[in-house]
Amino acid sequence: MLSDLPLFPKQASSMAWQVDALYLFLVALSAVMSLLIAGLLLTFAVRYRAKSRADRSNAPEGNNTLEMIWTLIPLGIVMFIFTWGAGLYFHMARPPEDTMDVLVVGKRWMWKLQHLSGRREINELHVPVGRAVKLTMTSEDVIHSFFVPAFRVKMDVLPGRYSTVWFKPTRPGTYHLFCAEYCGTKHSQMIGSVVVMQPDDFQAWLGGDVSDLTPAQAGERLFNSLGCITCHNPGSGARGPALTGLFGRQVRLAGGSAATADEIYLRQSIEDPRAMQVEGFEPLMPTYRGMISEEGMLQIIEYIKTLGPGPSAGAAPSAAQPARGGGS
Amino acid sequence: MSHYLNHDYGIRSWLLTKDHKRIALLYLISATVMFMIGGIFALLVRLELLTPAGDLMQSETYNKMFTMHGIAMVFFFLIPAVPAVLGNFLVPMMIGARDLAFPRVNLLSWYIYTIGALFTLWAMISGGVDTGWTFYTPYSTAWSNTNVLVTGVGIFITGFSSILTGLNFIVTIHRMRAPGMTWFRLPLFIWAHYAASIIMILGTPVVAITILLLALERGLHLGIFDPALGGDPVLFQHLFWFYSHPAVYIMILPSMGVISELVACFSRKRVFGYSFIAFSSLTIALVGFLVWGHHMFVSSQSVYAGLVFSVLSFVVAVPSAVKVFNWTATLYKGTITFETPMIYAFGFIGLFTIGGLTGLFLASIGLDVHVHDTYFIVAHFHYIMVGGVIMGYLGGLHFWWPKITGRMYSEFWGRISAAIIFIGFNLTFFPQFILGYLGMPRRYHAYPEEFQVLNVMSTAGASILGVGYLIPLVYLFWSMRYGKPASDNPWGARGLEWTTPSPPPVENFPVTPVVTEEAYAYGTHGKESPVG
Repeated sequence: MLSDLPLFPKQASSMAWQVDALYLFLVALSAVMSLLIAGLLLTFAVRYRAKSRADRSNAPEGNNTLEMIWTLIPLGIVMFIFTWGAGLYFHMARPPEDTMDVLVVGKRWMWKLQHLSGRREINELHVPVGRAVKLTMTSEDVIHSFFVPAFRVKMDVLPGRYSTVWFKPTRPGTYHLFCAEYCGTKHSQMIGSVVVMQPDDFQAWLGGDVSDLTPAQAGERLFNSLGCITCHNPGSGARGPALTGLFGRQVRLAGGSAATADEIYLRQSIEDPRAMQVEGFEPLMPTYRGMISEEGMLQIIEYIKTLGPGPSAGAAPSAAQPARGGGS
Repeated sequence: MSHYLNHDYGIRSWLLTKDHKRIALLYLISATVMFMIGGIFALLVRLELLTPAGDLMQSETYNKMFTMHGIAMVFFFLIPAVPAVLGNFLVPMMIGARDLAFPRVNLLSWYIYTIGALFTLWAMISGGVDTGWTFYTPYSTAWSNTNVLVTGVGIFITGFSSILTGLNFIVTIHRMRAPGMTWFRLPLFIWAHYAASIIMILGTPVVAITILLLALERGLHLGIFDPALGGDPVLFQHLFWFYSHPAVYIMILPSMGVISELVACFSRKRVFGYSFIAFSSLTIALVGFLVWGHHMFVSSQSVYAGLVFSVLSFVVAVPSAVKVFNWTATLYKGTITFETPMIYAFGFIGLFTIGGLTGLFLASIGLDVHVHDTYFIVAHFHYIMVGGVIMGYLGGLHFWWPKITGRMYSEFWGRISAAIIFIGFNLTFFPQFILGYLGMPRRYHAYPEEFQVLNVMSTAGASILGVGYLIPLVYLFWSMRYGKPASDNPWGARGLEWTTPSPPPVENFPVTPVVTEEAYAYGTHGKESPVG
């Protein structure tokens, strides 16, 4: 029976023990504080029960020094806990430089994932041990939340936004993947698993299915078939801004403001171009809202990311792709 | 002798009463009904979770059960219970007033509450609602095909009863104190209700607006929250928690006020650090408005916003801790007896301490990421909201029962049921902390098998808790007819409400009292009346 009673979750990421350290510290602190208060309550309750003859002279009605002590010491303790938790959070919010990226789309009630090499998965995510993995996530419908207890990470997956989460698996195995934000009827079936593999096994797995285009290649196809290429061509006199080397750069907008060309900027520019009018261009672009699926949008963004700083956009994708694909 | 219960008879005399004491009893009946409805939903939820497979009911049904459990309990029991029942009865009596400042508005607030409750019950009976009590968008506006609008209307309406009650309390406390009842002679129950009233009148309009916006989007497809319509789903969370976090303090502050009264009375001692407890209530009410974002640490809000909400959440923990320390210190050199209300007070301090300490886990932003939306948070808020309110409410109800009804309840059964509730509560909710850290998400109809043992423990606890709640229902009812008649002041308590007959006359005090001493003047001159 006792073996059926788990008390502590598996640790399978670089974050896990760090979160657990704070947790165990707080468990210890809570135990000490609870015992202190329970001990005082019980001691006083017994000692000063109505029938006892304990000395009750000079019973205090208050004591400012004591009030200061039990205000300031707890304040100090909680500020210490705050900095500890805040440090962890910063660490979680800042993925390392060299991550293996995976695109994630949540929909009621499944997880659709795609590796940058093109391999797709549903409700399963295969990752190599020891490699930092970054997920870029969005939702087709309602809010979901990507939660892997063994990694101690969780991030909401929102429609119309891109959120990211990263983790570095440390132990091979199969771990629960849960949707943690209530998303309707089959919320509790929006589950799956994360399979952490040895790097060699992972490479073999990744190469096991090469039928899919990479997201960037698929994005390029969409880019051409939707006609984006007619205006966003790298030639001079183009009607739209060139996209070469755009990703991550500062863009000057009409009206004088500036924006960083990140995922959400690109998405908004595609869905609502006039809200993000680039300086020096006419507001000619129509909206593509509703014309591109969430996966298609992620793929177009991946394609634009590959349009490196080279002089010609046409040459860039083929040159950039092996570099990214090989990195995974 | 003529008192508020027998000066007039008939259903009409109750439904048209302007007496705050009778309105308190009307609220007592309504809130008890809503509590029982919410309790039945809870029991069904726990029964379903006895086994890992979702085998007792369909997932649609299960989702409606936890949603309606939350809605009935939060909006129709936890928020109104202590202020609308005990506060209504006691605020005028404790400050030496004849009634609340606006007796008709007080009756109106009960009708508004009841109409809102009926709307919500209708929504539940005619198909139910499945959004969770939090109504997160865009699920609630674009995807759920259940009775979101009718439920929303019910909550919208009920909010006004809360606003009116808060307004009534604030005006009454400012304007209707008896001669000599200075601010720092007020019982801490009054300070706590004053602080909670501020939140009621400032926070409740925000939830009303939020529900209105939700209705506009759902009914008329105005794009406010749904990105498909150009809205922002996270905006809803900001608006919702701007009210619903302070709402926790609407629940817990009045209950803390009750505990201050109980601890003082059954220690026969002035509350230690009176002014620190009084000001901690106001601090909690004000800082409590600035912590809503801690419900959204994984919502993709900015990292820096998260840090600000985290640090403020830690700050708001301190005044709560100060209260616990002061109650504990009150016992020192007291003359302590252990009647039922005092058992509840001890229970409150125990549950609130565990609830408060586990709040530190959740305020720790990097740790919250893991436990967010798991059973850890479910356990935490049940300890704070339910543990806090139930212990304060039942403790207060027993303490003032002789005053309210003129009868004594059975002390034996009182103590037994208080102990059963305490044990059942801990057995229900403590395993959920462990479940949450293991990673079991909340609102799951089915779950992996390794979580079963802890869920079985929780369900077993819930059945004990259910029995614990039923016992007082029986003996309190029984006592109204067969209980020993109560004296004016059966506990030897201080406070103006104990200086008038039990039950009190319609006008509360035959002569307007004049206050000449501090609150809780225990042991200074025996059990004389503090009335000058």
